[in-house]
Amino acid sequence: MSTTASARTAADLRADDAKVTSATGSKAGAAAIWVDERTGIAKGAAYMMKKVFPDHWSFMLGEVAMYSMIICLLTGVFLSFWFVPSAGQIPYNGSYVPLQGVIMSEAYSSTLGISFDVRGGLLIRQIHHWAALMFCVAITVHMLRVFLTGAFRKPRELNWVIGSILSMLAIVEGFAGYSLPDDLLSGTGIRAAEGFIRSIPLVGSYISYLLFGGTFPGEAIIPRLYSVHVLLLPAVLIGLFTAHIVLVMVHKHTQFPGPGRTNENVVGFPLMPVYTAKAGGFFFMVFGVLALISALVTINPIWAYGPYDPSPVTAGSQPDWYMGFADGALRLLPGFLEFELFGFTWSMNVFLGAVALIPLMYTAAGVYPWIEAWVTGDKREHHLLDRPRNAPTRTAIGMAAFSFYVVLMFAAGNDIMAIRLQLSINDVTNLFRLLVFVVPVIVFWVTRRICLSLQRHDREKVLHGRESGTIVRTAEGKFFERHEDLDEFDRYKLVAFESPAPLALPSATDLNGVSSKDAKKARRRVAWSNFFFKTRVEPVTPAELAAAHHHGEHEAIPGGSGHAAIKHDKHPH
Amino acid sequence: MSDQVTPTSGSASGAGTVSLDEGHHVGTGGLPAVFENPGLPPHVHRAADDDPKAAKRAERQVAVLFTLSILGTLGFIVSYFAIDRTTSVFLPFVGLTNLLNVMLGVTLGISLLGIGFGAVHWAKTLMSDEEVVEERHAIRSSDESRDKVVAALADGAESAQLARRPLIKATAGAALGLFAIPLGVQLAGSMGNPTKALEELKQTIWDVKAGGKPIRLVRDPELTPIKASDVTIGSVFHVMPETLKELREHNVKAGHSEWHGVLEAKAKAAVLLMRLNPSEFKDDALGRKARDWGFQGIVAYSKICTHVGCPVGLYEQQTHHLLCPCHQSTFDVTRDCEVIFGPAKRPLPQLKITVDDEGYLVAPQGFAEPVGPSYWERLK
Amino acid sequence: MNALAARRRHPAAIAILLFLGLALVGTAYSLLAPKSAQAAVSTADDVALGKQLFLANCATCHGLNAEGTKSGPTLMGVGAASVDFQMGTGRMPLAGPNVQAPRIDKVKYTEEEIAAIAAYVASLAPGPAIPEGKETTGEGGNVALGGEIYRVNCAMCHNFAGSGGALTRGKYAPSLYGVEGKYIYEAMLTGPQSMPVFNDTNLTPEAKASVIAYLKMTQSEPNVGGMNLGNLGPVSEGMFIWIFGLLLMIACAFWLGQKAA
Repeated sequence: MSTTASARTAADLRADDAKVTSATGSKAGAAAIWVDERTGIAKGAAYMMKKVFPDHWSFMLGEVAMYSMIICLLTGVFLSFWFVPSAGQIPYNGSYVPLQGVIMSEAYSSTLGISFDVRGGLLIRQIHHWAALMFCVAITVHMLRVFLTGAFRKPRELNWVIGSILSMLAIVEGFAGYSLPDDLLSGTGIRAAEGFIRSIPLVGSYISYLLFGGTFPGEAIIPRLYSVHVLLLPAVLIGLFTAHIVLVMVHKHTQFPGPGRTNENVVGFPLMPVYTAKAGGFFFMVFGVLALISALVTINPIWAYGPYDPSPVTAGSQPDWYMGFADGALRLLPGFLEFELFGFTWSMNVFLGAVALIPLMYTAAGVYPWIEAWVTGDKREHHLLDRPRNAPTRTAIGMAAFSFYVVLMFAAGNDIMAIRLQLSINDVTNLFRLLVFVVPVIVFWVTRRICLSLQRHDREKVLHGRESGTIVRTAEGKFFERHEDLDEFDRYKLVAFESPAPLALPSATDLNGVSSKDAKKARRRVAWSNFFFKTRVEPVTPAELAAAHHHGEHEAIPGGSGHAAIKHDKHPH
Repeated sequence: MSDQVTPTSGSASGAGTVSLDEGHHVGTGGLPAVFENPGLPPHVHRAADDDPKAAKRAERQVAVLFTLSILGTLGFIVSYFAIDRTTSVFLPFVGLTNLLNVMLGVTLGISLLGIGFGAVHWAKTLMSDEEVVEERHAIRSSDESRDKVVAALADGAESAQLARRPLIKATAGAALGLFAIPLGVQLAGSMGNPTKALEELKQTIWDVKAGGKPIRLVRDPELTPIKASDVTIGSVFHVMPETLKELREHNVKAGHSEWHGVLEAKAKAAVLLMRLNPSEFKDDALGRKARDWGFQGIVAYSKICTHVGCPVGLYEQQTHHLLCPCHQSTFDVTRDCEVIFGPAKRPLPQLKITVDDEGYLVAPQGFAEPVGPSYWERLK
Repeated sequence: MNALAARRRHPAAIAILLFLGLALVGTAYSLLAPKSAQAAVSTADDVALGKQLFLANCATCHGLNAEGTKSGPTLMGVGAASVDFQMGTGRMPLAGPNVQAPRIDKVKYTEEEIAAIAAYVASLAPGPAIPEGKETTGEGGNVALGGEIYRVNCAMCHNFAGSGGALTRGKYAPSLYGVEGKYIYEAMLTGPQSMPVFNDTNLTPEAKASVIAYLKMTQSEPNVGGMNLGNLGPVSEGMFIWIFGLLLMIACAFWLGQKAA
């Protein structure tokens, strides 16, 4: 190896590669020209290939969801080739011995066929189901990421709403698919779903009759759920998902604040070639991980459940995890919520948890961007994300809402918890009835405190540098730890945020001129603004840093003074 | 707080966008109010950028990953054809499992992960890692474009004479508002016949026709009749009406599938039969009613939960509690299956039973109320 | 390999190891243990020995004449089968007050001692005898029918795979993994603790044999899909995908976003 070679830079190395600068001259170029002459695609393609995506692991969570969905679509097509969506009853004569001769629906029989008689069918089925669970997990954490970083703010409110709808439909799509094999567990799920529908005031009994084509279970529900699962919902999901992605392209991806990153640019790597390789490669990684999981871990062993029959049931009857929060709510709602009024039965114990909760929750999530915008009065475009700590109240609201969801989800496992932890199921249930109110409040409070103290910690780091680990002994015999100043790039990451002050109440003289209704509205808004921003930490300003340096020259910073006050002027002299 | 200095003050910028780095300068000794964006940090070269050896190594690593993928693909094909479907294999942490499923999944996983890791490693080590800056522009269109849209709409409305032809406006609106109705009618009208809904929700195959014979209780799933003497104290029997057997026989005679309507009948007719010591019923109105509708301490209750309809099958013979495995509603058999815990409100409906001349348990009449989950018109 | 190693710490791994261990011990036991000799034929000596053992070990709770006390029910008429079940599975004598007597695999009494106590209790009042014969091993049972009977009569408490389930106020239906056919048969026959009685007129000996055959078959078959996560249904699957699935995905995403060295 010659020394000259090792001195060559990457750019030099790449310079050796033959560079194609014109579309003419090669076979691929000729094909491209043919296409462009008929579609005019070159202009758009050139633009797309230069599109820049910022790197951050949390930006890939949405891609996990997207790829899981694609994997579901792919494996779903496979499954549909063997699955028979019929509730017609037949005796089983496949190769799974413990069920031979048992009367079951064709749906269940064909799912057993996929699992035992189609080579590799079980693997495809397991990938399909694991990918579906992964899809819902990824959507949930992606939503959480978007919320906690404030990525839903203008101009992305619509995409947040589309995402919320996607998330809700994913649950329905999952439930429909989970119900199709018509095994004992999923059949019990449909049984309960029929009970949910019946609880709808006024029209419940009729809707149930329409959907089931008569009394439960009937032979209509399986083929109908099949249509919904393979045609209707996938079409809607793909449509909304396309809109979701197109809007991401239009808005360009958000990025965390940092050196060189501004609200007017996006810094990262271009689609061609880096993100084609990274995002494309990531698809294969997600698929590969799901394939490995499906090779080694059973999901939904339908053969063990047996065929659906309305008389038997299994202990630990639970839906898939993404329906868990609704099922948990049902377990917690007390019976007295059912009452009789005007000669009719109001089953609020069922209706609230099973029918009303899901749309209510997603509506609350969907309108949040407007609530926050109203409180802040902020009409600007935001392309720089907030680090969660830098928006303490929003982060606290998000975590509180998520903890509410998690408590309900765990409540759906109250029986499993009781038996695994050797507790009384009654105690567990009652505990959850309490936790569902208490936990979100605690989580809100704790999260906000953590955010504020992290912000203070950031200030401390900016003002006094990072702890170097070097202990210095002064001439007088005092010890202190030397702090190293941050460089300007690291520092900028910690100071690049806004900390808006709460709105002030307009003065009484101003209010004299406005109607009492408007004054009330103004006061309410001020109250909310105070709720959001009263306790807050401001970023360090250059003046503060200069002052800190000035102090630092005279006084060693005592080691262990990690707890800094918010205000720099409180620093001990 | 000392000064209420917010880092941004440029909110008045025309496009409605704001930048963190456009802070204004206030007094304090010429220092800016906020830190200025220092711009992109200097680019740090990777090993492969400077050292051809490292680059060669990265190339080899990528090639190895892609080769692994090819091997995985081949492994899948070989496994698919070579492995017997019923062969089992013992794997640590997994236990005895199906070899074909494991091999197909693992080889597929390797095939996919090889490509995934290979492509990403390639991108990370050999493709340019100089960050690229793309400018953003305000999302909104220019005022000019907006005006054009408004003008185009106005022109269109003008040309269509929308304002001057109220008749067209009204009828077109109405037509568009109504056209979906036929489709809705077809769908809703043909999905199911709801006219019998309220009637059928009340009926079960325990209902005895006027002047008809009482219906025998039979074991589920064997469908054999039950003598009162068979039911010892502490026993529980899962029960169906004998009419279920008749339904199946009728189906066969009529040339239908034997199972036509069977699950629908079972879904409402499932019953749990328990025998308690008669003294164990609570001595109150509910306890006495429960005992009186039974036979020598044998009582029969609908198994379909009054919450959302799961079968309530978990009978604790010492406490005489019935537990639903879906949402944990608990019913007290000694007090006519009153709800003592959980989300259900109503007790399980009791089936009145007695014995016939041969000593078999029979139900002389159907349930006195609709079984299963509540619904709006339940009291009608 | 990372995925596999990561799963080592999954709660289900413990369950699986435990299950494998139990299965191994069970198999070894069934091979090595001496075949019980004619337990049904009880002599007067047996009864006398049984009475002695009873007075020493059981009478505190069940009364000197098995008439029952505040701390234990009467054993009049429970039969030899009940004694064999309760003592043979280590449930009795109860170590301390508990909502329910747990199954203990290390049984403190020899088969002869249990047989003697059983003979004594059986001599007090008629009750179900210790079942003998091929039904208790599930031999000749119809697996498919057994499955149907199991799902209607047993699965609601013991779960679809026999993993067990929760009852009210801390009581539970125990797991059926690794339980000898004889004890399953006896449990059905006698209805121990919360469990209802399934006497021979409810479930015939053939039906019981079918249930046992079904359980034996399903418990001995391989986990065709891979790790069964304790056969607890969607809860453990949800936990798995949240913990391991998400962790693997984030690890991949993290690596993807890291700058190369």
